[in-house]
Amino acid sequence: MDFLNAIVALANYVLIPGIAYGSQLAIGALGVTLVYGILRFSNFAHGDTMAFGTMIVILLTWWLQSLGINLGPLPTALIALPVGILGCIGMVLLTDRLVYRFYREQKAKPVILVIVSMGVMFIMNGVVRLIIGPDDQSFADGERFIISARDFKNMTGLAEGLGIRTTQVLTVVTAVIVVALLFWFLNKTRAGKSMRAYSDNEDLALLSGINPERVVMLTWIIVAALATIAGTLYGLDKSFKPFTYFQLLLPIFASAVVGGIGNPLGAIAGGFVIAFSEVTITYAWKKVLVYLMPEPLEPSGLVQLMSTDYKFAVSFVILLIVLLFKPTGLFKGQST
Amino acid sequence: MTDTVKNTLLFAVVFGLIITSGFFQGWNSAMFILNMGLISAIMALGVNLQWGFAGLFNVGVMGFVALGGLAAILVGMPATPGAFAAGGPGIILALVLGIATIFSAVFTMKKMAPGRTRSLTITAILIFGFFVFRGFLDPNVELIEGINPAQTGYLGGLNPGTAETYKQNGWIMLFAWPVGGLFAAGAAWLIGKAALGLRSDYLAIATLGIAEIIISILKNEDWLTRGVKNVIGIPRPVPYEIDLQSSAVFVDRAASMGFDPVEGSTILVKLLYAVLFAAVLLVLFWLSHRALNSPWGRMLRAIRDNEVAAEAMGKDVTKRHLQVFILGSAICGIAGAMMTTLDGQLTPGTYQPLRFTFLIWVMVIVGGSGSNLGAILGGFLIWFLWVQVEPIGLFVMNIVTSGMAEDSALRAHLIDSAAQMRLLTMGLIMILVLRFSPRGLIPEK
Amino acid sequence: MSQAYSDRGNKDRSVANPKGQGSVIPKGTGKSHASLGGPFLIGESMTGGYGNGPDILHDCTIAVEKGEIAVIVGPNGAGKSTAMKAVFGMLNVRSGHVKLDGEDITGLSPQARVAKGMGFVPQTSNIFTSMTVEENLEMGAFIRRDDFRDTMAQVYDLFPILKDKRNQPAGELSGGQRQQVAVGRALMTQPKVLMLDEPTAGVSPIVMDELFDRIIEVARTGIPILMVEQNARQALEIADKGYVLVQGANAYTGTGKELLANPEVRKSFLGG
Repeated sequence: MDFLNAIVALANYVLIPGIAYGSQLAIGALGVTLVYGILRFSNFAHGDTMAFGTMIVILLTWWLQSLGINLGPLPTALIALPVGILGCIGMVLLTDRLVYRFYREQKAKPVILVIVSMGVMFIMNGVVRLIIGPDDQSFADGERFIISARDFKNMTGLAEGLGIRTTQVLTVVTAVIVVALLFWFLNKTRAGKSMRAYSDNEDLALLSGINPERVVMLTWIIVAALATIAGTLYGLDKSFKPFTYFQLLLPIFASAVVGGIGNPLGAIAGGFVIAFSEVTITYAWKKVLVYLMPEPLEPSGLVQLMSTDYKFAVSFVILLIVLLFKPTGLFKGQST
Repeated sequence: MTDTVKNTLLFAVVFGLIITSGFFQGWNSAMFILNMGLISAIMALGVNLQWGFAGLFNVGVMGFVALGGLAAILVGMPATPGAFAAGGPGIILALVLGIATIFSAVFTMKKMAPGRTRSLTITAILIFGFFVFRGFLDPNVELIEGINPAQTGYLGGLNPGTAETYKQNGWIMLFAWPVGGLFAAGAAWLIGKAALGLRSDYLAIATLGIAEIIISILKNEDWLTRGVKNVIGIPRPVPYEIDLQSSAVFVDRAASMGFDPVEGSTILVKLLYAVLFAAVLLVLFWLSHRALNSPWGRMLRAIRDNEVAAEAMGKDVTKRHLQVFILGSAICGIAGAMMTTLDGQLTPGTYQPLRFTFLIWVMVIVGGSGSNLGAILGGFLIWFLWVQVEPIGLFVMNIVTSGMAEDSALRAHLIDSAAQMRLLTMGLIMILVLRFSPRGLIPEK
Repeated sequence: MSQAYSDRGNKDRSVANPKGQGSVIPKGTGKSHASLGGPFLIGESMTGGYGNGPDILHDCTIAVEKGEIAVIVGPNGAGKSTAMKAVFGMLNVRSGHVKLDGEDITGLSPQARVAKGMGFVPQTSNIFTSMTVEENLEMGAFIRRDDFRDTMAQVYDLFPILKDKRNQPAGELSGGQRQQVAVGRALMTQPKVLMLDEPTAGVSPIVMDELFDRIIEVARTGIPILMVEQNARQALEIADKGYVLVQGANAYTGTGKELLANPEVRKSFLGG
């Protein structure tokens, strides 16, 4: 019984939140990795692109809610999501047209594009704050739990409850669909293959007649969609605050680099590595250990390796370890 | 128009702007802009040294600035009575053990043959060491944080005074500034060793991460910094307004110049700060100017322009990069200590990368990468705009919304959001400069 | 001193891919126009260099007729590859012109020349290493909107080893096999002329012989081949026409046999 309780506690506080957070990071990191692979720079504006897309979703969700439209048990934001994606695509393509394209034509060095993306980051951050304000916004509605901790306890008679939130399941399901679609696109379609070819060898792709502007446009469209989805899922699961989204940049970069930047598969693996490390290292293990240890050995403290405020430190240390021992990332990235 | 004339004009315009703001918004706020402008200029000088002259992409400025702030309290505040006796030795022991753990892990890695046994041994050492470290650290931290937590609850600093008298030792802050530089230099040395020595490729992400870690340490290690409870009442190297106002000589002097004592004292205090800061800026500017026109600086630029050739000529690229990275970070640390001194408090919760890292980058880019004068000009100009965009935005919004109904929700929203105009404006300025004047206002020669 | 959009020596790979952007000029500027007569493909008295740099080619002429193999040889730094790149439009030709099949294409970009029927195999980075062999061939046929399965079957007939390895990433293949992928990729557009830049660079002598055999086979299918070669003797043995370049100018021209028999060519370039 104790063992079962321990497992349930572990699942409730570590596994399920870890999987959900990992999926969000993975989708975010996919966006960063695609930009790096095709446009050849790390996009510092990615967190704010996520915030921008999510903001549109939130505004639309509020409007739908005011009209009384909802999806029953599912969050209303799902109806708004496609529009949010379109809005974000529009914004990103406009940015590319007005800002990035000029530097591509100049053949500016990639690090200049990074600095330019810092400017875009400021602007997007400003726009989001201007429209929706800098504060926390909540937009999740519908059924909060698929199974609540109390129901679970009543059902099983265990002392520990297992609560599964709708948003967590939604996150995982969406992530699986998104990743499957993306990989199908990249590996099976002509356009997707042309993107991979361009990322692999730009000169040869040009000689093969692949239109670089088309590849870049496709990339931005996919990146905007991924960013909006990741941002919306994160916002539903936790809450939306422009500054938090900006800060997500670090774990997202860490995920992309740990997995091997430029490699989509690596981005997904990296997302889960970072998410689980963060959750396990900042979780107070006492709850699990009391069930596993014999009475006299039971821990007195919380058995929390590090306070939750150090979660950035966790992403960073993992990043550093990977860079020191396997600089190309877990999966071979483009940084060789 | 020669360069000198053009540069003088540019500086004249910026100082003209600050003076104009003095006429409209009062001299106190103009002096505040000037003082923070001086500090910003120093930070920009540090970043320019790294980016402009060595091409090192440091996006962790915030961390070095915060370390400077830490130095300000560790030097300037009085020791908390009994705190060191209670937990000091234990904490030192814990830190020593922690460092020993890392060293033994590194030692094991170097000595043992690569393989699973080595990985397991290292992991075991690290995990064991971590628990020992926490085992010694935690109880001592509790002891220190238990001492009068509402007022102190931290170790305090090196100020020889007591809680009542320490403010008389304001001179000590002048020593805190170089110490801030040293702290930042130490951190930069560590990061540089890890990120520059092995592969020069990961500096950007490393600095971005380390800055966040430094901030989380400042926020969470209450025994060191009081965390988010903030340290207030940091002593000053300049007189207090209250003391000035009670001094008859000063009141007379102020009256004869047409100031009332309160306003006069606040302005004089800020003026004294400005003199101190300007002195530091001039010294640093002169030093970096000399350094960059020395053989060392020429070598640096040679490396930047063609690393392969410089390496082939036998230049130690990594070592030069490490040097310049440490120097630039130290300058940011000095500026950070100065800023905390000016604020009179350390508030770890207010360090934000947009304000302390990326804004400094805007200053360098707008001023002109690779130009020290440009960095200084950018520091003043961008800081001025950063402060003034908000009132200007509010003014514009008020005009825009003047036709709307008093209780209109849109009007309220627009006026509220004027405060958020800053980031948007900074981004626009940066993008426009990069596009139309990529070499900045004062280009590198 | 430093340029506006330079990277200031920055090498931070995790933020910026140091490989940067490609070097091929992506946009075509001029137009092609009919210009009848002359050989099938000819770069006629070309003078020019990279960007605004100094001239590397001086009044250099390279031509290939239908059904022929033409080979460019010469000492290191003679401008062999440069001459071929000039024919392909990868550098500025300041005077002289390039004609393909009775059309003046001097003003066209490399991409436009591919569309006109020129196949080009660069010396290095000539395959997509992360993609499978089959995907490499598909990318070669990117500009074709018709069914290219027949062409792919022909390529597999020419290079049977590629059929066995078609689902393997091309980067995992051996040097000789990679060159076959590269040539196969170029053949996918069904080019009217094939240009090879040092196809045997860095492969062992045995593999080199096999590659030459394959190239002869490709030529037998009726595609004229223009080739730059470091291994002058073997190359001239299979060549119908040979060009010896010295310092960016034509030094000797003739059939492969003539050049091999020419005592001066032998002495200077073939090692006696």
